[in-house]
Amino acid sequence: MSTLGYGRAVNRALADAMEADPSVVVWGEDIAAAGGSFGATRGLLDRFGSTRVVDMPISEAAIAGAATGAALSGLRPVIEIMFMDFTTLVMDALVNQAAKARFMFGGQRSVPLVLRTPHGGGVNAGPQHSQCLEAWFAHVPGLKVVCPSDAASAYGLLRAAIDDPDPVIFIEHKALYATKSDFPEDPQPMRLGEAAIARPGRDLTIVSYGGAVHTALSAAVELAADGIEAEVIDLRSIQPWDEAAVLASVARTHHLVVVHEAVEMFGVGAEIAARIADIGFDELDGPIVRVGAPFMPVPFARALEIAYLPDAARIIAAARRAID
Amino acid sequence: MTGVMDPSMLYRQLLLIRRCEERLSTLFADGLVPGFIHLSIGQEAVSVGIISQLRTDDTVASTHRGHGHALAKGLPLEGFFAELLGREGGLCRGRGGSMHVADMDIGMLGANGIVGAGASIALGSALAHKTLGRDAIAAVVFGDGALAEGLVHETLNMAKLLTAPLLIICENNGWSEFSPTDRQIAFTLGGLASAYGIRYEEVDGNNVTAVHEAATPMIAHVRGGGGPVILECRTTRVRGHYEGDAQKYRDSDEIDSLAERDPIRIAADALRAGGAADAALTAIADSVEQEIDVALTAARAGPEPDFTAARADVYSPVAA
Repeated sequence: MSTLGYGRAVNRALADAMEADPSVVVWGEDIAAAGGSFGATRGLLDRFGSTRVVDMPISEAAIAGAATGAALSGLRPVIEIMFMDFTTLVMDALVNQAAKARFMFGGQRSVPLVLRTPHGGGVNAGPQHSQCLEAWFAHVPGLKVVCPSDAASAYGLLRAAIDDPDPVIFIEHKALYATKSDFPEDPQPMRLGEAAIARPGRDLTIVSYGGAVHTALSAAVELAADGIEAEVIDLRSIQPWDEAAVLASVARTHHLVVVHEAVEMFGVGAEIAARIADIGFDELDGPIVRVGAPFMPVPFARALEIAYLPDAARIIAAARRAID
Repeated sequence: MTGVMDPSMLYRQLLLIRRCEERLSTLFADGLVPGFIHLSIGQEAVSVGIISQLRTDDTVASTHRGHGHALAKGLPLEGFFAELLGREGGLCRGRGGSMHVADMDIGMLGANGIVGAGASIALGSALAHKTLGRDAIAAVVFGDGALAEGLVHETLNMAKLLTAPLLIICENNGWSEFSPTDRQIAFTLGGLASAYGIRYEEVDGNNVTAVHEAATPMIAHVRGGGGPVILECRTTRVRGHYEGDAQKYRDSDEIDSLAERDPIRIAADALRAGGAADAALTAIADSVEQEIDVALTAARAGPEPDFTAARADVYSPVAA
């Protein structure tokens, strides 16, 4: 197995999907000539031409609305929204149109569109370029939400998202673009809604997704030094999330911590905790503990952002609370 | 309905839409139509004059006041009524109702509950036609109230930049919900079209012949690859914003004056002037009533929708 950068894996998935299906198009701001703000679409214009790789003006609402209309009319558009914070501008198209079209038109058509967007802090991008807003989308019936943690899952999940008949929000973590990780020789689409065990363990389950998986793995290493073997589950998909995999892990470990970079309050972790408390109550030997960002905007200054972002120390403290 | 139609067929279409909406008004008053309905009585010539010329593979995105657009595109009457009545046999299986009537197989991309939202949907559909090498075009209909929506402006800019095969139809009835549009809009659509460099025409939207004749070259321009066009149709909203709206904000003289511009009367007068006998017009009216009776009776007899099936239809079926 070789290694590949996370951003390169996204790029390769886009190229392979375009190669496999002529109805796949890539639209967005500065994604063609400039190759995307984070380089994820670099080279696609030269390879597939300006009919399929289209620079759009700074009109997020119309890009997303057009993607919806195009998806109803035979294309499989993949749109890039430069920062997840800007998805505030696409909400009508996604929430009122794309998410509901299949249902409210009686199943006449599906809406095969993918919205790619980076979330997350760690690069001092400030309050309007760092947010993790995945819980908003996971709350909308009709949308799927995916968040890969490494190059292999970025590739496999993006291929699956593009193949999927329904609208998928594909969330990349901007701090991961430059990271390299194992990459298979013959990468294949992964199934949406399936979690992976990133590290096996018997004493405690830590559920996470995206960039926070790496923080959870760091915490697991430190916990192991104290004799606590944590199992780290990489959810990969947030909507739908792999309830069976989490429940099976909790049935082995009897303790659960849920970790994400998004603010803790009303977040994805709240849903997972509530659900496992309901269906897995008999398996639990301690409280389910959540680790997320504090309920405040993402701050800019280095010292402030470091204090804001959930780190391994907070996960370790949460793990001890869950086990004690 | 597609292709160019003769005047008596245009008249029949006008009458069909009018009579359907009059029936709906009565059914609504009797409590038989759930929710909200927004009638297009007085505006039928826009739908009939333009949309009846489009082909089945052309696509249309509509508005909350979309019954006329849908029927002119050729929606089957029984499925249309069944949808508005909330029945399983509705085109959308009772999931959407009046504000979401759609029939993808004939290019009706849906009425829409969000003002202006159809614009970008039609833009995307137009880009799909172009990208896939089809010579179909997309059309969007919106009211003058939608001119205040930012999305409409984004769409005009993008449609022009990308030379999208998009026919933009503004049904200007002078009212933005409960407010006169001159208190909502600081510009004219003609001036806006000029700013975007988009070809623009204005037409009496209550004269179906005039609308039809104005639309024909506009459609040809779009289909020929000339990029987007805007056709502004000056028309009249006779009913309230929604059924049940007492329209206390409107002057009764203004409402009374609308009869002079009734598109059905104008079309009938033109037919008579062209030599049509009253008996011929009566025969058309009778056949319209009969068609509606049959469809409505069948729609009302249909079963209620099934919740389990609806619940299972939020996402596409998972491939085995």
